[in-house]
Amino acid sequence: MPARRPRSRERPAPGDAGGRWEHFAHDADVGLRGIGPTREAAFEQGALALMHAIGEVDRVEPRQVVEIACEAPDDALLFVDWLNTLIFEVATRGMLFGYFEVRIDGTRLRGKAWGEAIDPARHELAVEAKGATYTCLRVVEREASDWLAQCVVDV
Amino acid sequence: MDVAQLNRISEVEWQIPPSGGMRVPGTIFADEALIRAMDDKVREQVSNVATLPGIVKASFALPDAHWGYGFPIGGVAAFDPESGVVSAGGVGFDISCGVRTMLTGIARTELDPVRDRLADALFRAVPAGLGSKGEIRLDDDEMAAMLAGGARWAVERGYGEPADLGRIEEGGRASDASPAFVSPRARQRQHAEMGTLGSGNHYLEVQEIVDILEPEVAAGFGLRRGEVVITIHSGSRGLGHQIGTEFLREMTIAAEAAGIALPERELACAPLRSEVGERYLGAMRAGINCALANRQIIGHLARQAFGQVFPDAEIPLLFDVSHNTCKREEHEVDGERRAVYVHRKGATRASGPGHPDLPEDLRALGQPVLIGSSMGTESWVLVGTREGEARAFGSAVHGAGRAMSRHQAARQWQGRQLIDQLRSQGIVIRSHSNRGVAEEAPGAYKDVGAVVAAAERAGLARRVARLKPLISIKG
Repeated sequence: MPARRPRSRERPAPGDAGGRWEHFAHDADVGLRGIGPTREAAFEQGALALMHAIGEVDRVEPRQVVEIACEAPDDALLFVDWLNTLIFEVATRGMLFGYFEVRIDGTRLRGKAWGEAIDPARHELAVEAKGATYTCLRVVEREASDWLAQCVVDV
Repeated sequence: MDVAQLNRISEVEWQIPPSGGMRVPGTIFADEALIRAMDDKVREQVSNVATLPGIVKASFALPDAHWGYGFPIGGVAAFDPESGVVSAGGVGFDISCGVRTMLTGIARTELDPVRDRLADALFRAVPAGLGSKGEIRLDDDEMAAMLAGGARWAVERGYGEPADLGRIEEGGRASDASPAFVSPRARQRQHAEMGTLGSGNHYLEVQEIVDILEPEVAAGFGLRRGEVVITIHSGSRGLGHQIGTEFLREMTIAAEAAGIALPERELACAPLRSEVGERYLGAMRAGINCALANRQIIGHLARQAFGQVFPDAEIPLLFDVSHNTCKREEHEVDGERRAVYVHRKGATRASGPGHPDLPEDLRALGQPVLIGSSMGTESWVLVGTREGEARAFGSAVHGAGRAMSRHQAARQWQGRQLIDQLRSQGIVIRSHSNRGVAEEAPGAYKDVGAVVAAAERAGLARRVARLKPLISIKG
């Protein structure tokens, strides 16, 4: 059964929490950066940056939800695990995701990703992601309520 | 890169003297213009690799080197079997990504009238691009057989000819692969991806041989000016990516738990003589076999498509060579023949004449070294040399390397316009993604001609033939 369209209080639209995402230049691959008022928001924005590297995310409908769980010894590895789990889900489910929710409890992450089956006609695909790397990897609260999560993804 | 930070050994060889924790020097093979165009990160990454335990002789970067993750892309490093390490980042996520070139004996003039028909047939036959699925599904037993057998498995299942195997590195199969060390998630990721091309810089091209620089070697390779060849650039698909992801993580956490200080987390590695190291080698070799099987299947599909347009064409394999690997090889180091584990990350093995690993019919000539391109620009066939074997463990370049990020390229070019522009230059593009085409614009890559010229001047390999694309199938 496809998930019902999530309500905004369950699934904040990208940018609702004041976050944003960016790509930064890397010779062969794609650098991506999530920025937000909380660590969780930065992770959500980082996931959006990943999906925007893969295809046209603005046209993704939240038809199905996938639940994700990761655990890692520190925030930086947790961010890479979060992205790599999403890359796995894209590859094996043939889905693109456009909406994310992250909860972090210590070293554990529980997340949800909403999206739909890839439709090349609508999603203007660019490139598949092979894996998130530890290059330029940082998860840091730069100042109060200003979190950054970034790394390079091999494409 | 600032050349003032390097010691110039010759016009095409530069040294980074050991400093800090470097156990050996760094050596960069490139001319001054290529060095100046390289990111400073290349020097930093070459130096970082030189700090790893058991590294032998030097940490090398080749003329196409660019900023990678951990190791530079275009990097070569060899390690002692007893005291050395193996690095998942030193192989990369796309284990055994590589290039194969097949001869057709068809003249470009014969192809011209049917070029669009052939492009359509190839585009239909070879699944390409994100989300594309192959028609082959492997159950658990067949997956294990493929991971152990590589291209040999593919030929046994009817994909290609037994004669192909002699023209693939290691006879088409990495020995000592351990399918049992390939995780269920890696297998799951490969479920629908056998015989698929992938996306990004992967491609299938029909190319014209436009220049011959070494007539005798070219004749021995079967390369004749004016004829067309089929070239495939692809790798181990999702299975290899997942193996890389999982072992990079495991090695990172294990290194930190063991108190090993690494200049970069991405350099995470494990001693060759350790449980993790041996497990990675077994899984990585299974990943190599996946790539060899995948390219064998794609080659078979391409032959079938070509046969729809040219039913009488014979399409023998010239060679299939990988450029993301770690292999146990014998090399001469300080006058002594010894075993080392050579990491090549974006670097092609380039064995010279007489090398025992070469098939008998190529042994007198040397190994074909296949250099990829971007659509619209030239590709090259080089040949390995004895001199090159002594330079960087028998390694040569693998491609041009990007001059511009994907993001910049997508801002600068539009896919549809680029396809039209390339058609006006006589190059037919077939792709599911206009954005993907824009990100792979020829102008986003460095001049591959300068890269192969520098490789030749550095003695890494010699130029044999220049190829120009006529049809490019992109993911």
